[in-house]
Amino acid sequence: MGYLTPSSLDEALEILAHGGVSVIAGATDFYPARPAGPMPKLMDITAIPALRGIRKEGGGWRIGATTTWRQIAAAPLPPAFDALRQAAAQVGAAQVRNVATIAGNLCNASPAADGVPPLMVLEAEVELASARGRRRMALSRFITGPRQTALASDELLVALHVPAPPQRARSAFLKIGSRKHQVISFAMAAALVAPEAGRVGTARVAVGACSPVACRLPGPERALRGRPLAALAEPGLVRSEDLAALSPIDDIRADAAWRREAAGVLASRALHAAGGPADG
Amino acid sequence: MAERTRFTLNGAAVEIAAAPGERLSRVLRERLGARDVKVGCEAGDCGACTVLLDGAPVCACLVPAQRAQGRRVETLSGLVAQDPRARALAESFQDFAAAQCGFCTPGMMVAATALLRETPAPDEARVQEALAGVLCRCTGYRKIVAAVMAAGRRAGRRRAAEGGVGTAIRRIDGAAKVEGREAFGDDIAPPGTLEIRLVRSPHAHAAFTFGDLETFAARPGIEAVLTARDIPGLNRFGVIPAFADQPVFAERLARFRGEAVAAIVAAPEALRALAAEDFPVTWQELPAVQGLAEATAPGAPQLHEGRPGNLLCEGLVQCGDAPAALAAADVVVEGVFETSFVEHACIEPEAGFARIDGEGRLEVHACTQAPMMDREALARILSWPVERIRIRPTAVGGGFGTKLDLSVQPFLALAAIRTGRPVRLAYSRAESMQSTTKRHPARIHLTVGAARDGRLRGFDFTGDFDTGAHASWGPTVADRVPVHASGPYRVADYRARTRAIHTHAPPAGAFRGFGVPQAAFAQECLFDELAAKLGMDALEFRLLNALDEGAATVCGQVFERGVGIRACLEALRPGWAAECAAAEDFNAGGGRRRRGVGLAAGWYGCGNTSQSGPSTIRAGLRADGALVLHQGAVDIGQGANTVIAQIFAQALGVPLSALTLVGPDTDLTPDAGKTSASRQTFVSGNAARLAGEALRARILRLANAGPGARLIAGGGRLGVLDNGKTHEINPARLPADSEGYVLRAEKSWDPPTRALDENGQGAPYAQYGYGAQLAVVEVDMALGTTRVLRMAAAHDVGRAINPLLAEGQVEGGIAQGLGMALMEEYVPGRSENLHDYLIPTAGDVPPVEVMIIEEPDPLGPYGAKGLGEHALVPTAAALANAIAAATGVRPRRLPITPARLRALIRAAEK
Repeated sequence: MGYLTPSSLDEALEILAHGGVSVIAGATDFYPARPAGPMPKLMDITAIPALRGIRKEGGGWRIGATTTWRQIAAAPLPPAFDALRQAAAQVGAAQVRNVATIAGNLCNASPAADGVPPLMVLEAEVELASARGRRRMALSRFITGPRQTALASDELLVALHVPAPPQRARSAFLKIGSRKHQVISFAMAAALVAPEAGRVGTARVAVGACSPVACRLPGPERALRGRPLAALAEPGLVRSEDLAALSPIDDIRADAAWRREAAGVLASRALHAAGGPADG
Repeated sequence: MAERTRFTLNGAAVEIAAAPGERLSRVLRERLGARDVKVGCEAGDCGACTVLLDGAPVCACLVPAQRAQGRRVETLSGLVAQDPRARALAESFQDFAAAQCGFCTPGMMVAATALLRETPAPDEARVQEALAGVLCRCTGYRKIVAAVMAAGRRAGRRRAAEGGVGTAIRRIDGAAKVEGREAFGDDIAPPGTLEIRLVRSPHAHAAFTFGDLETFAARPGIEAVLTARDIPGLNRFGVIPAFADQPVFAERLARFRGEAVAAIVAAPEALRALAAEDFPVTWQELPAVQGLAEATAPGAPQLHEGRPGNLLCEGLVQCGDAPAALAAADVVVEGVFETSFVEHACIEPEAGFARIDGEGRLEVHACTQAPMMDREALARILSWPVERIRIRPTAVGGGFGTKLDLSVQPFLALAAIRTGRPVRLAYSRAESMQSTTKRHPARIHLTVGAARDGRLRGFDFTGDFDTGAHASWGPTVADRVPVHASGPYRVADYRARTRAIHTHAPPAGAFRGFGVPQAAFAQECLFDELAAKLGMDALEFRLLNALDEGAATVCGQVFERGVGIRACLEALRPGWAAECAAAEDFNAGGGRRRRGVGLAAGWYGCGNTSQSGPSTIRAGLRADGALVLHQGAVDIGQGANTVIAQIFAQALGVPLSALTLVGPDTDLTPDAGKTSASRQTFVSGNAARLAGEALRARILRLANAGPGARLIAGGGRLGVLDNGKTHEINPARLPADSEGYVLRAEKSWDPPTRALDENGQGAPYAQYGYGAQLAVVEVDMALGTTRVLRMAAAHDVGRAINPLLAEGQVEGGIAQGLGMALMEEYVPGRSENLHDYLIPTAGDVPPVEVMIIEEPDPLGPYGAKGLGEHALVPTAAALANAIAAATGVRPRRLPITPARLRALIRAAEK
């Protein structure tokens, strides 16, 4: 049988240990990338209950691997997750969000993956499992390059773990394309800001589609700590030297010069949106 | 072995043995007969295959069939039959003309049904969001969004199914479209039909050699392998016979990425098991020329023998003395403008079915805009007489010019003849994008001058057009552009020179406007610059120079009546003043967002350029009393089925419902020409009018009735009411001809034109349509992103045969022009799908105020003019002018992407 639908994680990991299967979840990246020719043996992991859903875990949160974007967009999560929820509402169109999963987005490891910057500012970790055991690592270490991850061939990404966000943290996500819907980002940014006594306590900002792997911007994060919240409204919050870690490319969507500049603009605006005056 | 999967489809339990991982879309269409599920991209980009899985919209192309196990699947046909919301949508879509070609309609309506179940009365933003996953290329989305909102509120305006010329009736083919019954190119073949896969060049320029084709062909399941040597006739085709240069299968040398070199004919399962590398071919990549500069550089690789410098052809129109006038002008502006390859992105990829009938004739069912041309081209390729070939156009899921050229037809024909069995072929989205025609990229250098009083003084245009690897409609673009490049203005001293240049790219062909939108971009942008330099208002400058009745065009042609550009521009005047003032107010507030208002005008000569291009329409009364209209003008979504029938019914003097329609079929309908050049309403419409009048005259003569008599038709009877008396005509008693007609009329009409002389002087078109558009945009100055807030469009259609469908043409043209202006750029090898090649979504097309202007044309049927193309001609220019007004910088290259616009703004800031 060329289509396996394990109903437990152990079963899935055993199949993976034997090798020779392609793992699918939402399959929204699988089919478009498939060349002509025989279908590989498939293992569909969406029937495994342990991989589904969002729940509180200690002070933080666990997001199951096969949680769909639609579920994330609608989940009752605290404001620190706003960036993730905003990104979730903009992945593809409704037809895609109804089936595409968060783990699929990460394992596909596109430099333009919408899920990555919001999860980076949440300092998410991925949990990987195999018949050999389990391990956890920071998301920023998990994605190693365009279409490359640290996932071993016998491993599954089973969940994301988000540590307790700082008190009163809010976040925001912005992405840019040349049309309104179904946008593959030309550039994007997510920011998280937690105020402390009227000042910036924690500021985190990450930029996507401007480097092989989305990345945090440590410069402005450090510089903002302790500054008045009003500073978030200043234009040019993120300066060009803060973007040194980026290595944007020229492609059909935009050129490198625009990407570098847009990254700064979006990062500044995301910080402002995350830390500016609350809407109520 | 495949295990069985059970689910419910539209409420009924079904059980299938799908191959592992087989797409649900394929299972629904091929194993369960649900051909109402359309396949447009197999990548989740177009949403045509949207179905509900446990109530949630999904792209069936991305769902493994096994995942449907135990779940509920609903498709359009089931929803329309069972869900009152879908039924309401079906009515509303017809009332709003929300379905044009109808190919995206199943996806749209399924997505809309899911929305209405969740949100019974959604607002506009919610509807746009819910429909954003389904791409439409015809309508511009506005009527779809309105139809969904109205269905939710049960508040739509009902449209009649009946009405003569000037009445906004429903499309006569609308019900089939909204109920999922319309059969497109890939909907004809029975399941299990042999399929064709094409082997295509992976390189822009490559030599190739085949390995052992015989051994390959002996693989199980493979019925035939076809290459150039299997072509009995001429391995060459082209829409203009004198320039025909495109091989069905390349021989030794492939000239563009995606050019076909071989075809594999096999059972569906066998074909699916084949990987690309299984086919024995070796490629040797050769240096390729991409773009006009490379193609015209000294020493550039040459594409075709006998076309030195990669020059296909040139065009010229001149009058007066442009250089002298420019030298004497008070104010002169000039600029170089560039545009990109634009992909038609019909939501239906090219597809068809062919078989050999019982008499040994070939029957090809395919989506096409030009059945008679297809037949002639196939006859040459096959070396068969045309009488042995029957073309039966399917419903066409968008055309816009690209389905004028052959695509699937020769492969289908060759495979059906070789195997003696029915065959089918549907291009993948990538194949469609790689191999079918594109809009020509242009590089235009234009210089325009004016006197201090604002009158134009000298216009010098040179335009190079990248026509790709083969001629296609390149000569037509080279001819049309010089005639149109002046825009609808009086230009006494004019010179326009064009060249069509070959590159190693897909052939550029016909795309709504044949090069005129590119020329209008340059001309209308420079007119804004000229007006600014003169200190004149952009609208007043255009009005001052607008073409008038009795004034000569740049070809020296004078129209005494029906020149509507002034009326179009005047219609925009109130909006222009108000929007300019509003933008100024907005911008006074400062901030990073700036608004701008832009104008542009355009014109379009309807019909072939200085060439005969007749249409013939046949009609008759059958012995059984049926009044039959043989209407061979292909409806590609624009509405010819409805409009031609409305004209005919009006001329005959009967209601539409009294007609029996016979649609395009080369066996059954006389030649109504190709659906292109905005000619069907004008030319076929005239033939329909004449045929209706002729048939009416014959009927009246039978009854000895006067011209004012009324026909009473329907239910197999035909009465003539004259002077209060009814004469009954009993057709069964009249002698019938071989086709069963007791009365018949067949009429042709050919628009009167006159050849152009060596200076392009003559009468290229019997009529022009005119339009002017206004755009309001908002630009984010820091990012270079543009949002279009509103548009207004005034188009002179002479007489709107069906105002509802006319509006649809304008809105659809604007959506395509908006895409061309802001996002669309086809780059071979890099944007061969609908997520890298972006077209507008439901959220991108702003409200459009459509103003239908009716300056009757003396030659048009009931005064009507063509509309299809001038709907798009001014759009990109209007948007570019609005962006320039907002930002203070002048974009001269399309599309105006955020990166390009920001680069201009950045340079201006320094």
